[in-house]
Amino acid sequence: MISTGASGMISGWYLQIVNLLAALLLLISFAMLAQRRVVGLISLFAWQGAALAVSTAIVAVFTAQWHLLYSVALTLLLKVVIIPWFFYRLVRKLGMSRDVEPLLNHSLIMLTGIVLVIFAFNLALPISQMAGTVMRSTLGIAMACVLLSFLMMITRTKALPQVIGFMAMENGIFFAATSATYGMPLVVELGVALDVLVGVFVLGIFFFQIRETFESMDLRQMEKRKEH
Amino acid sequence: MSGGVVLQGLQTVLAVLAAPLLTGWTNQCRARLQGRRPPSLWQSYRVLHKLFHKETVLAEEASPLFQATPYVVFSCMVLAAGIVPMLANDLPFSPVADVIALVGVFALARVFLALAAMDVGTAFGTLGARREMLVAFLAEPALLMVFFTVSLISHSTQLPLMVHVLAHQKFAIYPSLAFAGVAFWMVSVAENARIPVDNPTTHLELTMIHEAMILEYSGRYLALIEWSVALKLFVYAALGIALFVPWGIAPVGEEAALPLALLALVAKMAIGGLVLAVLETLNAKMRLFRVPEFLGTAFLLAVLGMLIHFLLES
Amino acid sequence: MLLHGLLGVPLVGALLLLVWGHRRLAAEMNVLFSFITLLFAVALAVRVMREGPMEFDGGWFFMDAFNVFLVGLTALVGFTTALFSRPYMRIECAHGRLNPARLRLYHASYQVFIAAMLLALTTNNMGILWVSMEGATLATVLLVSLYRTPAALEAAWKYFILCGVGIAQALFGTVLLYFAAEKVLGAGGNALLWTHLNAVKAHLEPTVLQLAFVFLLVGYGTKVGLVPLHSWLPDAHAEGPTPISAVLSGLLLNVALYAILRNKVLVDGAIGTQLAGHLMMGFGLLSVVVASFLIGQQSDVKRMFAYSSIEHMGMMTFAFGMGGAVAVFAGLLHMTVHSLTKSAIFFTVGHATQKAGTQLMSGIRGLMGINPGLGWGLMLGTMSILGVPPFGVFTSEFLIVTTAMHEHSWAIPFLLVALGVAFAAIFGQVQAMVFAETSLPRLPYQPAMAPVFLHLILVLVLGIAMPGWLAVWYRQAAHLLGA
Repeated sequence: MISTGASGMISGWYLQIVNLLAALLLLISFAMLAQRRVVGLISLFAWQGAALAVSTAIVAVFTAQWHLLYSVALTLLLKVVIIPWFFYRLVRKLGMSRDVEPLLNHSLIMLTGIVLVIFAFNLALPISQMAGTVMRSTLGIAMACVLLSFLMMITRTKALPQVIGFMAMENGIFFAATSATYGMPLVVELGVALDVLVGVFVLGIFFFQIRETFESMDLRQMEKRKEH
Repeated sequence: MSGGVVLQGLQTVLAVLAAPLLTGWTNQCRARLQGRRPPSLWQSYRVLHKLFHKETVLAEEASPLFQATPYVVFSCMVLAAGIVPMLANDLPFSPVADVIALVGVFALARVFLALAAMDVGTAFGTLGARREMLVAFLAEPALLMVFFTVSLISHSTQLPLMVHVLAHQKFAIYPSLAFAGVAFWMVSVAENARIPVDNPTTHLELTMIHEAMILEYSGRYLALIEWSVALKLFVYAALGIALFVPWGIAPVGEEAALPLALLALVAKMAIGGLVLAVLETLNAKMRLFRVPEFLGTAFLLAVLGMLIHFLLES
Repeated sequence: MLLHGLLGVPLVGALLLLVWGHRRLAAEMNVLFSFITLLFAVALAVRVMREGPMEFDGGWFFMDAFNVFLVGLTALVGFTTALFSRPYMRIECAHGRLNPARLRLYHASYQVFIAAMLLALTTNNMGILWVSMEGATLATVLLVSLYRTPAALEAAWKYFILCGVGIAQALFGTVLLYFAAEKVLGAGGNALLWTHLNAVKAHLEPTVLQLAFVFLLVGYGTKVGLVPLHSWLPDAHAEGPTPISAVLSGLLLNVALYAILRNKVLVDGAIGTQLAGHLMMGFGLLSVVVASFLIGQQSDVKRMFAYSSIEHMGMMTFAFGMGGAVAVFAGLLHMTVHSLTKSAIFFTVGHATQKAGTQLMSGIRGLMGINPGLGWGLMLGTMSILGVPPFGVFTSEFLIVTTAMHEHSWAIPFLLVALGVAFAAIFGQVQAMVFAETSLPRLPYQPAMAPVFLHLILVLVLGIAMPGWLAVWYRQAAHLLGA
């Protein structure tokens, strides 16, 4: 595991920045896991999208994978501008801006997160060795982001945080595609973006329906209903 | 060799003498940032001077352990100051302990302080000792993880070698070092009883940790402890400099680089003190039961740094 | 041309109904569009039968015996469900459970849903397959919550989030598949075309495909409703309008299974072991056993038949997992007869619950007295789904069990006990619903029984005397699945 020289990282400086951004993505995933405020979560989600877009753009430019720039534009537009803006509006309209969600067992969640990261890194190791991309080593981080978002969805009871977790998972998958294969074919990426957009739109309608019926966005209310 | 010994002595004495200056500088910066009239830079020395000349009052139940503790704590800090490279690298004294043993030296000082606090049997002392132990129990693993992460890059836990490797390799961005650096800052804040974990300037029974332990001390004992506290902050700052911004420390046997090294050290310490003051101004002290979360985050960052090192940098 | 018609008609229908969907004759338009889609599907099927597998639009679409058979089935059930939904939704409106806006949403989404499933079936691109599967989910989320009751909203939320998470796993699996394909086929859109992948499947990296299959199975398996990923399914079936329950059970689950099978062919070719098959057998058997024991605990009739759907999807997954000519043949047959029977059951159940005003089985009694057609429809449908001999379900289940007896005899006790438990649970409940005394008056209108009996007759024909050409067709499809 330990390389021969002290400077194990011999790659170009742009890769170092990509690696730094990848590390930042992982950090944001953890921050999302710990973030209790809904508004904070939305900002974190936007930052995650921004870090993703910047790192993809750097890779696109320095490896001349110009088609990646389309997905950069899509990411910037959808995940940094439109969706966070939409969520902010939703939060304001539904009056959830001060919502704070109690998180039980903070340290247990964090420890589980670390275990997931180790698992993801090991899972990614054989695959990233086969990859031919310059940023293949970040595949492990992408997988870790996917699993951490999954963990976040499990630990939340409110609707909006669950959806943000779902979107963050999409970010992780997107990052995995970039680091393993320089992104998916354009048609597929467009299709995925369309699905995400429609999904967010459907959700918007859906939130108002939930709000009308339950007068709260807490999913535990739905659970309570069952007990009667 | 003899030059090395002289240099070693010089560095240690310098650290011991300059430590209150760093505390004074931080206090001054903080006062300015908070819009108060800053105390003099030499205020810490005056306090020490005053305390040394005051009468020492001992509690009736105080055992010899209570009296010995200030000396033990102070010697531990002096020992640590001798080990951490500040001006020159690879001094004759530094092979005595690597970073892990250094953590042990700090722990020894802490154990004595906690025992002494409980020795007299007052409620505050016991309370402070308990809280201090809670903080330490969480901070030490995080500190060790930070050292492990850094040592993965330098392939050594010997400070001189770590400094040498980190200062002399080709410049590269290490995400793992960034994580470890942030974690180190968080641990240092906790270990040195600074805001947001503890507030060194108040004596509120609900919140104080470190101050509660030393309430029973007075006179020269208190002076020694205050001096050790200043020295500890100085050593931690030097440690942070050595691990994360080591450029400027004079390499082995290059006496010509010493003036520059001194200048670099003063500059870095000044910046470090300023940053500490800024962060202390921006943050509010957190409630005690949030401290485990704070230190847990530090531990998490250090572990993440290590994992990322394995993934991206090896 | 035929293909464009097949995909274009429901899309045009969706657009038109988005404007027109709440006015008079909207339901008739819905039927009309579904019928035209069915005509295109039949024409396409005949052509593929005559000329063999073919690609369209430069390889973007691909038809072979396997998917054209599912296209036909989808279009047929889509049409009959539209027939059924015409009177059903009218009565719902009369009961005041729907307003014009919701009716418009319902009609438009129905066509989008059919279009998305047909796209999923006909596309050659594994990425587009994923996109259209997700599209089919999104089209139905708002339909599940159509009644806006707390229970319906909860069901829709569960459906959205669980299927979303599941389908995200499938996307990850698709990324891994592309990763393996890119090494052999080069980057670009062609690397995800199934026909290209199928040609080079032996050269794909086995370790990557193994991992990819696990993700794909979990992802699409959530949609299939495999235990333990099934918890959205009973809720969505129970709370949505009954036509939606019918198409979810009859069509969406099949299409999701189709996605798994397409991937399994590639994975089998690449890794050369039975790993994929064993995984599917495990999930399938678990679904059969767990679902059959849960059937008995249900008090809601739609939930009960939803669990029965899980059981049958598990049975199919198990059959495809075993592999081999007979098992795959039986699996395909089971797909067909389950779709037809289960949608027929939901049609009758829809009318029955509408009449009784409750979905609780204790509240539904004496259907025979209310309307003999309804009573016989539910009774025969139930007998068919439980595998009583002359019906097609018996044939397929018999083939599956006998194959398992030869090759995986350890599974036999589980299968037989599960089938027995499910039989006892469902039959006991349905008997009371059909024959018990009731105080309710007779049904004042004629329920839409034509689709029900059409389906049941088809199932009966498949069980007694399968036409020769159909048997050939199934065998061709089974061959494509590697049997």
